[in-house]
Amino acid sequence: MRNAFFNAVFALAREDERIVLMVGDLGFRIVEGFMAERPKQFLNAGIAEQNMMSMAAGMALEGKIVFAYSIANFPTLRCLEQVRNDVCYHGARVAIFCSGGGFTYGSMGVTHHVTEDLAVTRAMPGLTVIAPGDPIEAACVPAAIIAHDGPFYVRLGKAGEPNIHAGPIDFQRGRAITVREGDDVSLIATGSMLLVATRAADRLKADGINARVLSMHTVKPLDLDAVEAAAAQTGVILTIEEHSIIGGLGAAVAEYLAERPGAGPRFKRLGVPSAFASEIGSQDHLLAHFGLTEAGVAQTAKQMLAS
Amino acid sequence: MNDEKRPMNPLPTKQRQSSVDLALQIRRTTVEMTSRANASHIASCFSVTDILAVLYSRVLVFDPQQPRWRDRDRFILSKGHACAALYAVLAEFGFFPKEWLETYYLDGSRLAGHATHKGVPGIEVSTGALGHGLPLATGMALAGKRDERAHRIFCVLSDGECDEGSNWEAALFAPHHRLDNLTVIIDYNKIQSLGWVKDVIDLDPLADKWRAFGWAAREVDGHDHAALEALLTGVPFEAGRPSCIVAHTVKGKGVSFMENNLQYHYTPPRGDELPRALAELGVK
Ligand SMILES: Cc1ncc(C[n+]2csc(CCOP(=O)(O)OP(=O)(O)O)c2C)c(N)n1
Ligand SMILES: [Mg+2]
Repeated sequence: MRNAFFNAVFALAREDERIVLMVGDLGFRIVEGFMAERPKQFLNAGIAEQNMMSMAAGMALEGKIVFAYSIANFPTLRCLEQVRNDVCYHGARVAIFCSGGGFTYGSMGVTHHVTEDLAVTRAMPGLTVIAPGDPIEAACVPAAIIAHDGPFYVRLGKAGEPNIHAGPIDFQRGRAITVREGDDVSLIATGSMLLVATRAADRLKADGINARVLSMHTVKPLDLDAVEAAAAQTGVILTIEEHSIIGGLGAAVAEYLAERPGAGPRFKRLGVPSAFASEIGSQDHLLAHFGLTEAGVAQTAKQMLAS
Repeated sequence: MNDEKRPMNPLPTKQRQSSVDLALQIRRTTVEMTSRANASHIASCFSVTDILAVLYSRVLVFDPQQPRWRDRDRFILSKGHACAALYAVLAEFGFFPKEWLETYYLDGSRLAGHATHKGVPGIEVSTGALGHGLPLATGMALAGKRDERAHRIFCVLSDGECDEGSNWEAALFAPHHRLDNLTVIIDYNKIQSLGWVKDVIDLDPLADKWRAFGWAAREVDGHDHAALEALLTGVPFEAGRPSCIVAHTVKGKGVSFMENNLQYHYTPPRGDELPRALAELGVK
């Protein structure tokens, strides 16, 4: 995902001199070629995320479109007020992007787990929040950023995730992509959990249950039409995210469902409880610990259908 | 400082192993830990190894039997990505069983890839996001002063980490509050994540910057044990001022092919590099 996104940024930057790639002393073996090729469109801001974010806003206010990169929480939580005041309030064209979403850097410990970023960025006025579900989606995001005049936050995984979409997709900011059709249960996933959701849907299919899978790559603005259709057409909705159940995709869907007139579907948020991981382990280890696996999702879906 | 208030050192430094032996052991252990787990940051461990060895064998007052003993000196590794070396030291002194080191970075371990306080005796605070250690240490030092305690706080920063503004906020604060119980040691290995420090954000003249902020600053070869010991046992350098030691180091120090090679910030020795590294560290 990370590489797909970077490559798309490099390609766009070659055509559009407004684009600047700013990194917080990260991007080893990814950015060196671009740095040499386009020094005026590149900056290593050092390990100083607060300064980086305000500088990104400053450059954007002078007409640049800045892609600001770091890993884990560093370009969001570390400099949240800079994001809020300097980037969002000024409507600066800064696209903040991080790799290492969720537990990508699991074994590195809690300081490198990113499980509140969607919540805090979703709360920022005017900020579009995107977590692509596979490399094909990730490659589409930079163009969507250029097409929309406003700030973005993009959460990426690492390198090496499989493609989930079979072919080209129609990627639009704020529009969910239906990955599996089905009317029994809806699995709404964002980011890395799209893979888990599609595999869970395949398991359910073997048991005669048709699950709809939505890639909710844009967490804000949320695709309310897709949520409404899922609520009207399927009796059960599960949201799945590698993120705290507080404030992220599940919360966004819950907020909509709670205020929606009429009887709602049965609904559950799957994600990380509001607790720091008590285990040390890889991404897979931690996801299994929190039940964020295809088996866990399929089982919850079945229990909810049976209840 | 109220030195007379301080109880006897439970583990007198004279009874501890030599810092040179300890440093060699840490390097051997950390190269095995990171290679086993395919974990990053071996070069970061090697640049700080001699500093850790001198601190733990010659300077810090602590009791492995009582890791939370109130009068212990506090040590904070702000460059938490070099935690493997710190875990290795703590295991050498018996803060926890050496077997734990074999689980470093692996599923179900207690030892994560950044310094983690939870469940790990001897780790004061969790670090890993750079730029937190010195402000934390400053808070501890202020509390120590207010409570009129005699223990000291030592904090190691990396050089790239000095980009973070939070350090400079603490750097302003500590001299203003006359925190001479606080010592910062900068592992000045001249390399950060994406290249040379002088090419990313030059820090020179680094010691002068700390002096200008009101610290008593000294420079030292960060691999010279005698020089390190002389400085570290001599803090505070001036009463009423926090101390700063700019330690000139080599990233990857101790294994020739890792020295000044950015690759080993990211990857441990792999394949036949592991026996070569161990051979250079005197393991047959
Ligand atoms: C706030 C923050 N930003 C970025 C990182 C990612 N990171 C880990 S180590 C490192 C830099 C390593 O260079 P240096 O600080 O000089 O440490 P060394 O390993 O050389 O001792 C970076 C940028 C981080 N851990 N924390
Ligand atoms: Mg360095």
